Amino acid sequence: MAIWCADLALDRWRLAEGCAAGEGSDAAPLALIAETAHGPRIAAVNAAGAAEGARAGAMLADARALCPALAVRPADPAGDLAFLEALALWAQRWGPWSALDPPDGLIVDTTGAAHLFGGEAMLLADARAQLARRGLVARAAIAPTAGAAWALAHYGPESAILEGADLMDRLAGLPVAALRLDDDVLLLLRRLGLKRLGDLAGIGREALARRFRNRRSPGANPLVRLDQLLGRVPEPLLPVIAAQQPMVQRRLMEPIRHRPLLDRVLMDLAEDMARALEGRGEGARRLELAAWKVDGDVLVRRLEMAAATRDPAHVCRLFAARLDDLDAGFGIELVRLSAPWTEPLALAQAELDAAAERHGTSLAACIDRLTVRLGTEAVRRPVPRASHLPERAQRWAPPLEPMPGLQEDFAFHERPLKLLDRPEPIAVIYEAPDGLPRLFRWRGGVHEIARAEGPERIAPEWWRERSTVRLRDYYRIEDSTGRRYWIYRHGLAGDGRGGAPEWFLQGLCA
Amino acid sequence: MNRIEARSEVHVLSPPLAAGLRRGSVSRVLSGAKSARWRPGVTTGCRHAEVFAPAGEASGAALALALARDALGFDAEDQRLWLWVQDKAALRLSGRPYRPGLPPHLRHRLIHVAATTPEDALFALEEGLRCRDLAFVIGEIAGNPRALDFTASRRLSLAAEKHGTALWLVRLDARSDLGSARMRWRVTAAASPPPRWNPQAPGRATWNAELFRAHTFQPGYWTLRDDDTALAAEPAGSGTPDHGDLVRGSGARSLAAG
Repeated sequence: MAIWCADLALDRWRLAEGCAAGEGSDAAPLALIAETAHGPRIAAVNAAGAAEGARAGAMLADARALCPALAVRPADPAGDLAFLEALALWAQRWGPWSALDPPDGLIVDTTGAAHLFGGEAMLLADARAQLARRGLVARAAIAPTAGAAWALAHYGPESAILEGADLMDRLAGLPVAALRLDDDVLLLLRRLGLKRLGDLAGIGREALARRFRNRRSPGANPLVRLDQLLGRVPEPLLPVIAAQQPMVQRRLMEPIRHRPLLDRVLMDLAEDMARALEGRGEGARRLELAAWKVDGDVLVRRLEMAAATRDPAHVCRLFAARLDDLDAGFGIELVRLSAPWTEPLALAQAELDAAAERHGTSLAACIDRLTVRLGTEAVRRPVPRASHLPERAQRWAPPLEPMPGLQEDFAFHERPLKLLDRPEPIAVIYEAPDGLPRLFRWRGGVHEIARAEGPERIAPEWWRERSTVRLRDYYRIEDSTGRRYWIYRHGLAGDGRGGAPEWFLQGLCA
Repeated sequence: MNRIEARSEVHVLSPPLAAGLRRGSVSRVLSGAKSARWRPGVTTGCRHAEVFAPAGEASGAALALALARDALGFDAEDQRLWLWVQDKAALRLSGRPYRPGLPPHLRHRLIHVAATTPEDALFALEEGLRCRDLAFVIGEIAGNPRALDFTASRRLSLAAEKHGTALWLVRLDARSDLGSARMRWRVTAAASPPPRWNPQAPGRATWNAELFRAHTFQPGYWTLRDDDTALAAEPAGSGTPDHGDLVRGSGARSLAAG
């Protein structure tokens, strides 16, 4: 079933004003306007305004010229979308599953649910009555596919129900706009003289496929939309699902201003949260602590865990580091703890006390404590990446994420134990133009090179970098006192990509 | 002053004993009658060791890794993670761990912590020692920061001994001032043995290591070398060529059997 709230923005405005259609402040011409780069533009207009000549999409200045008495109010697209989301959940009374069709429609899957209302006709009548009772001007239609229901709700007769196999015959009279196409495609079809769905079906698939062969998006390709309408190709929709997030709160008799009391409250909340999560068989990955102050301010602290947990002591310990800079002001009167992100976590054997004392913390708890104090960027693990460039051959990932699947690590010849974050320039005496290095100066000290191996030439990755990037010749060297380094010459003499080659020290070998 | 008097005076001056240390071992230490010389593969029971190294080379971290592998016994089955903590100065001076250069069975198990200050680094080290799922912890701190005094060092020792996780703390460009580590090493890079197939190339990692403070071992000098499967030691100064690249002797088998 598709539902189309034809006048959603105006209906919301009327509900907020508390007036029925055509009465009160709705009797005078009125428009909802949106600010654009070229000035205010009309987003929706009521019946009185439309009768005076104002049109949705027109500039406000033009409409004012036609109708000087036009009153304006700002439109609220974000509010409309939030209302539509709530409406989608509410519409699940007619079926187990509903999806948004922004900006002003809904799709409800009523397969197998119509008999509960006494048939599809009764279901549609019920939907129309309920929507009218909420003060919404809406049209609804039932069809075997979402596309056909949408087409009938927007362009079909009132309360249409489509059944049977020969969908195309019944839908042939609808305009091509019923295919949910983009504006430029509609314009193109109109210029081609294709006005009805029957016209499109009559010219053959091959012609359509050839004409729109490089249009991938369904909204730009009439053939895909036609197939979706007839149910020949699937059309995945994103269902709206209400997620309950566990939430516990403490309303305090006396506003608290001191840290020990807040810690006590936090401990109680964490225990309540552990109970709530245990009942659902879940653990929290993210927690939000909100404290309402007497003077009307809300303090929010967020926490993210490396693995799902509901251990109150662990949660309290992590929050303790985040509460140090909390300014209680005149006192905190309400504290709330909620878990926006949870993951399944089965009950586990509680640790026996002596063993827990001896064994210390688990890995996830250790990572949590480190990230809370040092930040998420500080605790990471190296992950291989398919690249020959040394600094690009590893990247840093969060510690407990699973390793990405790689067919095989690159087998490099010899690599240093440590890599400097930024290669340091060194002055080198070497056999020009491309011989072995003999002597180099780094950080103020002179190193005489006793042994060297190289060059290992690493070319720039042309598919990632500009054409002027120079190649690198790497040398593994050992100086006269046994210190081992990894140095490279950046570029060749006369490669046409800059002056004389420069040398850099990039790695420290074991 | 005869020898007996000297010993009794030392006893009076000696600091209070650390937990887990027997008085007898200390008097043996002081009298110079140490039980054994350290050698690779020996069970030290030491949970907190310090390695003093220059900042301009990777020998400190490399020796710490080699000692850690030596203590763990080069166990291929062990899949526990390990922690490498660096403070900002150490990161700037000596660089960041590089995965392709790490030993193959350690590289996928590393968790790296880049702490900003020495205080944060010490906190991370202590949290790592308290964690039961880590194989060992390596710390790298540059210089002698005020935060790393004897008390902090003692905290690390106690945490390591209580939870049984081993700590190797690399001190870059640092004076060996007061510390409670059970073994203290000083290390510099040494000339490596020439590889057989390219004598002009650098060979296996080699270090001059000095054990200058230990509770149960005699101090001494070694030239240590990291073979892929074990830590090899020679008395300082003897330079034998590297045979590590040789194929194994065929023994009594026929060569065709592989």
